[in-house]
Amino acid sequence: MSHLITTPNIADADTFYASLLAAHRGLTEAESHALNARLVLVLANHIGDRKVLELALALARDGAQTVQPAG
Amino acid sequence: MPYDYKPFDYVPPPGLRGPEPRQRVAIVGAGPIGLAMAIELANHGVAAVVLDDNNVVSVGSRAICWSKRALEILDRLGVGAACVQKGVTWKVGRTFHREAEVFNFDLLPEDGHKMPAFVNLQQYWVEEYLVERAQALGIDLRWKNRVVGLAQHPDHAVLTVETPDGTYALEADWVVACDGSRSPVRGMLGLDFEGELFEERFLIADIEMEADFPSERRFWFEPAFHNGQSALLHKQPDNIYRIDLQLGWTTDPEVEKQPERIIPRIERVVGHRDFKLDWTSIYTFQCRRLRHFVHDRVIFAGDSAHLVSPFGARGGNSGLQDVDALGWRLAAVVRGEAPVAALAAYDRERCFGADENLLNSSRSTRFMSPAEGVERLFRDAVLHLAGRADFARPMVNSGRLSVPCIYPLHAPDVAGLPDKARPGAVAPDAPLEDGWLLEALAGGFTVLALGQEAPEVPGTRALSPALTETLRKRYLGGAEKALYLIRPDQVVAARWTGATPEEVAEALAAAREGRT
Repeated sequence: MSHLITTPNIADADTFYASLLAAHRGLTEAESHALNARLVLVLANHIGDRKVLELALALARDGAQTVQPAG
Repeated sequence: MPYDYKPFDYVPPPGLRGPEPRQRVAIVGAGPIGLAMAIELANHGVAAVVLDDNNVVSVGSRAICWSKRALEILDRLGVGAACVQKGVTWKVGRTFHREAEVFNFDLLPEDGHKMPAFVNLQQYWVEEYLVERAQALGIDLRWKNRVVGLAQHPDHAVLTVETPDGTYALEADWVVACDGSRSPVRGMLGLDFEGELFEERFLIADIEMEADFPSERRFWFEPAFHNGQSALLHKQPDNIYRIDLQLGWTTDPEVEKQPERIIPRIERVVGHRDFKLDWTSIYTFQCRRLRHFVHDRVIFAGDSAHLVSPFGARGGNSGLQDVDALGWRLAAVVRGEAPVAALAAYDRERCFGADENLLNSSRSTRFMSPAEGVERLFRDAVLHLAGRADFARPMVNSGRLSVPCIYPLHAPDVAGLPDKARPGAVAPDAPLEDGWLLEALAGGFTVLALGQEAPEVPGTRALSPALTETLRKRYLGGAEKALYLIRPDQVVAARWTGATPEEVAEALAAAREGRT
C-alpha cells in the first residue's frame, strides 16, 4: 500500500538542511528557483510511485494560497 | 522538384438541368478525408457524391506525417503502396536543446508489420493517389461545386450547390462534412468548436534544396539559430524540407509571412541560402472540437470536427481514423443492416479519440510554449536535466506521435490474452503465409480463430490461419487458443477462449448496433 512518509525519516536532518542551503550558495534567486525545480523532478523520479507523488503534491499544496481569491 | 498542379475537370452537374435523384451520401470536401470517406463507402457498396469548391489537390504540403495506422487505412483503400513507395520512411527523432542533442527516439516497430511507423509525404500526393483511386472506382467527384446552403429534414438533407454555371439543389440521405478546419457546413449549422486556443503561432515553410539530411525528425528547443524559440525539421520527398519555426504571440503574422522575413530565418536554420521557398503558412495553436460529430443527417469528420496543434501528427491521421470508424457504420445504416442509432457509436468513439489527441497536443503545446513563470521554470528544468539524466528525457515533449487510441468497449474479453489486442484496439498486424493479417481482415466482420475451428456465424467470415510465433505472441500470449471477433475497421470487437455461435452472434449484433 503506497503511503507518503510524513514522520521524521532523514537521519541527521540538520545536516541535510545545511546541505540544502549549501547547494544554493552563490546562486541568484532565479538560479535557486531553477535548482529547486530540478530537485523536485529528480526526487519525484526517485519516488516514482504516482500515488505517493499525488499525496506529496497535496501536502505541499495545502495552505499554499495565502491570499484567498476574491469570491 | 515542385509539385505540378493539374486541375481536375469541372463537368456541369445534372442538377443544373433538373432535379436529381436523391443521393444516399453526399460528402462535402475532396481533401484526404472526404476522398477516403468516398472510397471507404464504395468498398462497402455505397455510392457517394463528393462536392469540392476547388479543382486541384491541396496547395502546399500541409499534412505530411502519415502514421502506421493511417497507412494501414490508406492501404485498405488501395493507395497504401503508392504512399509508402513515394514517401520518406523514418523512425528516428532527435531532440536538441541549444546546441546539444538531449534525447532521441527510435520508433522502430517490431518486425512483422506491413506498414512502417511513419511516412512523410505531402498531402497533395496523398490526394492525387486518392483521386485516381476514386476515379477508377467510378465515384462521382464534382469539382467547383461549392456548398452554400444546407437544410435538414427528418430523413434527408438538401444542399444548395453553387457552380460556375449556376446553383442547384442536391438531396442526400446523409451529408458527411469533410470540409476542413474552417468548415462552412459547421457554420451553416450554427455550430462552434469548444476548447483551448493557445497564444502561440508557428511559421511553416517548405523549402526545396539539395541536401543529404538523414530521414529523421529533428526538433530544437532554444536553438541559437532561432533566437531561443523552437524549431522542427522534417524531410519530404522531391528534395522538399518542412521547417516549423515558433514565432511567439506578439509577432504580426502579416509581416512574418513576407519572404524577405522568412528567407533569413530559414538561412539561419540550414546555414546557407541555396534553397527555394516552396510554400509557407502561419498557424495559431488550438486544441478544440465540436461537442458532437453527428447532427441529425449531417456527420462531421476530420478537421471540421476537431483541431489539434501540430507536432504529434494527429490532424490528418485522426481524420483517417474518423473515416475508419464511420465508413462501415454509415454503409450498414444506408443498406438497412443497422439502425440509425449505430451512428452514436461513431460519435462516442471518435469524441474519445479526439479527446486523447487534444490531451496529448495540449500537453505538447504547454511544453513547447510554456507560460512565463513556473511553467517555464519546470520546462527549462526538464531540458537542463535531460542532458544529464536518463529519467528526464522522456519528459521532453516535442510532440507525442500519433498511435491509435483503444476504444473503451463493453464487450466480452478474457483476462490473460495480450493487452494490445484487447477489445477496442486495432488488431495488430502479422505476416500470414500469403500476405498480411490486416489485409485478410479488410472488408467485413471476421471471426479469427486461433488454435481452434471458427464457429459459423452468419454475417461473418471465418479466418483460421496456421499458428505462427508472431500470431501466438500478438493474439494468444500464454493461452492455447482464442477466438476474436474483428470489425470491418479492423478493431477487435470481442474475444473469447472459445464461444458458441450464439455468443459470437450476440457480440456481432451489439457491435453493429453500436451497443458496445
